[in-house]
Amino acid sequence: MSKRSEYSMKTMTAAAVAAAVLTMAAVPVAAQTPAYRAPRAPDGKPDLNGIWQALNEANYDIEAHVARPAMAVRPGPYGPVPAASVLALGAAGAVPPGLGVVEGGEIPYKPEALAKKKENQQHWLEADPEIKCYLPGVPRANYMPYPFQILQSPSAFVIVYEYAGAVRNVFLTDPGPPPVDSWMGQSVGHWEKDTFVVDVKGMSDQTWFDRAGNFHSDALHVVERYTRTSPDVISYEATIEDPNVFTRPWKMSMPLYRRQEKNAMLLDFKCPEFVEELIYGQWRKKPLSK
Amino acid sequence: MRNRIVSRMGAMAIAIAVACLTVVPAPGQVSKASPKPYSPPRLPDGHPDLQGTYDVATLTPVERAIGSKAVLTPEDAARLEKDVAALKDKNNEAIKGDRPAPPKGGDGSVGPAGNVGGYNTFWLDPGSKYNVVDGQIRASIVVDPPDGRVPPVTAAARQRMAALRARPTSDALESRDPGLEPPGSYDDPERRPLGERCLLGFASTSGPPALPDYFYNNLHQIVQTKDAVMILTEMVHDARIVRMNAQHLPKTIRRWMGDSVGRWEGDTLVVDTTNFNDKTRFRGSTENLHVVERFSRVDARTLLYRFTIEDPDTWDRPWTGEYAWPLTDEPIFEYACHEANYAMGNILRGARLRENEEAAKSKK
Repeated sequence: MSKRSEYSMKTMTAAAVAAAVLTMAAVPVAAQTPAYRAPRAPDGKPDLNGIWQALNEANYDIEAHVARPAMAVRPGPYGPVPAASVLALGAAGAVPPGLGVVEGGEIPYKPEALAKKKENQQHWLEADPEIKCYLPGVPRANYMPYPFQILQSPSAFVIVYEYAGAVRNVFLTDPGPPPVDSWMGQSVGHWEKDTFVVDVKGMSDQTWFDRAGNFHSDALHVVERYTRTSPDVISYEATIEDPNVFTRPWKMSMPLYRRQEKNAMLLDFKCPEFVEELIYGQWRKKPLSK
Repeated sequence: MRNRIVSRMGAMAIAIAVACLTVVPAPGQVSKASPKPYSPPRLPDGHPDLQGTYDVATLTPVERAIGSKAVLTPEDAARLEKDVAALKDKNNEAIKGDRPAPPKGGDGSVGPAGNVGGYNTFWLDPGSKYNVVDGQIRASIVVDPPDGRVPPVTAAARQRMAALRARPTSDALESRDPGLEPPGSYDDPERRPLGERCLLGFASTSGPPALPDYFYNNLHQIVQTKDAVMILTEMVHDARIVRMNAQHLPKTIRRWMGDSVGRWEGDTLVVDTTNFNDKTRFRGSTENLHVVERFSRVDARTLLYRFTIEDPDTWDRPWTGEYAWPLTDEPIFEYACHEANYAMGNILRGARLRENEEAAKSKK
C-alpha cells in the first residue's frame, strides 16, 4: 500500500453546504426526475460497499427465453424432455423463463460460434464450469444466484463472491497487461463521474456466461459499469467484446439489489467439497452404488 | 519432490538446533515495550490504516527446539539464512524436460516410488529471513508458553485425535511422503489434507490463526471499510470478512475459517473468531476453538500479527504466537487450486492401481 488515503474535510463541507443550498432552493419539477445522488464514501466517491445480488434468470440463460423442461434435454416423442441424467430433479430442475439481460435480445454470434453454443448447451452437464464448481469468470459471477460483497476503500476495491469463494481485486492503478490468463481475469477500475468503470482482461476461455452454453474465447474483454441509482440498487452494465466469437461488441444490463436482511452476510459456499463425489467418486476404494 | 522438501526441512531443523546451542543470551525477556511510539497513518474514522498486501514468508518456525533461546543473534541468523540461500541455489537447477522416467520400483530413496522429481525451487517461496519483532530476531512464532512450544494436548484430546488419526487438520501439510501414509489415507478424497482438496490452504495459511506455510503463496491483503475488514489469503483465494462491532453467529452456523467479528482496542484491531466447523480442526482442536487475533501497525512497512489460541478440550492453557507481516508491493495473483487439481484424481487412481497390482501379485 503505497498511497495513504486523504480525507478532505474541505470537500465534504463544501458538498454538504451545496446539498443544503440545493435542498432549500429545489422546486419540484414535474417533467424531470432529478438524478439520484448516492451516499458518499469518505473520499467523496459514491459508496458501493455492501452485499448485493442479482434477481433474474440470467444464470440460466442470458438471452430471452421461455421456460424449458430442464437444463439438459433430449428429444421426446412430442418435443424435448429432461435428459436421463437430470430426470429425477423434476420441476426443481426446470429452467424458469426470462426476458433476458442482453440488450437487443440476441447475442451477435458468428455462425460457427453459434453452432458451438448449441453444442455447449447439448453437453451442458459435462461442459458447464459451474457443474464442477469452477471459478465463474466475469460477468457471470455477478448474476449467479449467490450474494457478493463489495469492499471499497479509498485505496482498494475488492469484490468477494459467495459462490466458490471467488475474489476480484480491482486494481485502482493499472498494473499493465495481465501476466497470464486467469479464471476471474484482471480487473482495473476507475471512476467516470459517479460510475465505477471496470476493465476486465486476461480471462481464459474456460468460463461461460450461463447454463445455456453461451461462451467466449480467451480474447474476451469486458467493460463493466456500476452506478448506484437508488439506495438499494446498483445499475450494472457489461459490454462484451470478443472478435473470435461475436460479430460486434454487445451489452448486457441488469439491476443489482442490496440484500435487505439486517444480518445479511456472505456465508461459506466452498463447493469443491460438494463435487468430490462427482469428480473423484469413481476412484474411491469402495465406490458408492450408482 | 516431497523427499527433497523433507530433506531440506531436515537440514533446516538441524541448522536451527545447532544455532540454538550456540545462541548468545538475548537482551532480556521477550518484551512488548517499544522504544519510540509510532503513530500509524489513519483512515477518516480515526482508526489506523492497516490496508495493504503483506508477505509473511519467513524462516522462523512456529515452534523452536526444546530448551533453545527465543532470540537469535544477528550472526547466527545470518549464517542460517546463508545456508538456506545456498540450499535454495543448489535445488534451483532447471528440470530437464527430456529426463528419463524414474526406475520402476523406485530410485532407492524414501517412499515406495522413490523420488520422482517435482518442482525445483524456482516454484517455491519459503522465505529467506528470520522474523524480527521488537528488534529481536525470533526463533519461534510461539511466544507463550515462553519455551516457544505449543502446549501438550490433554489426554482426552490425544484419545480423540488417535480415533481420528487419518482425518486431516487445517495445519496439515499438502502431503506427507507419498505412499507412506497410514492405511486408509488414500481410500477417499475426504481423507486427504484440506490443502489437497483445495478447501483451505495447507499449514493453516488462511487461519485463523494465519501461519506461514514455508512453501509458497505467502501473501495476505487487508482491505478496511466502515463495517468490515477483509483478510484475503493468496492460497486458495480465501477471503475472510471480519464484521466490525458485530455479534457472533448462532452456534448452528459453523464455518471453515470460523466466524470473525472485530473491534478496535486503541490502535489495535482485535478479531475474535469462534463457530469453526468440525473439519478445520486446527492442530487437532475441536469446533470450540477460540482464536483472538491482534493486528497493529508497528512501522510504516510492518504489521504485527499476534494470536491467542484457546480450546479447553484440547489444551490445558491458552497459547500465543506473534510475527511481523512486512508490506510488499507484489500483487496477489489468482490461485485457482480446485480448477487445476489433477493431483487428487491421480493420487486416488494411483492408490487403486497399486492395490490392483498387489492383488494380482498375491494371486500368483
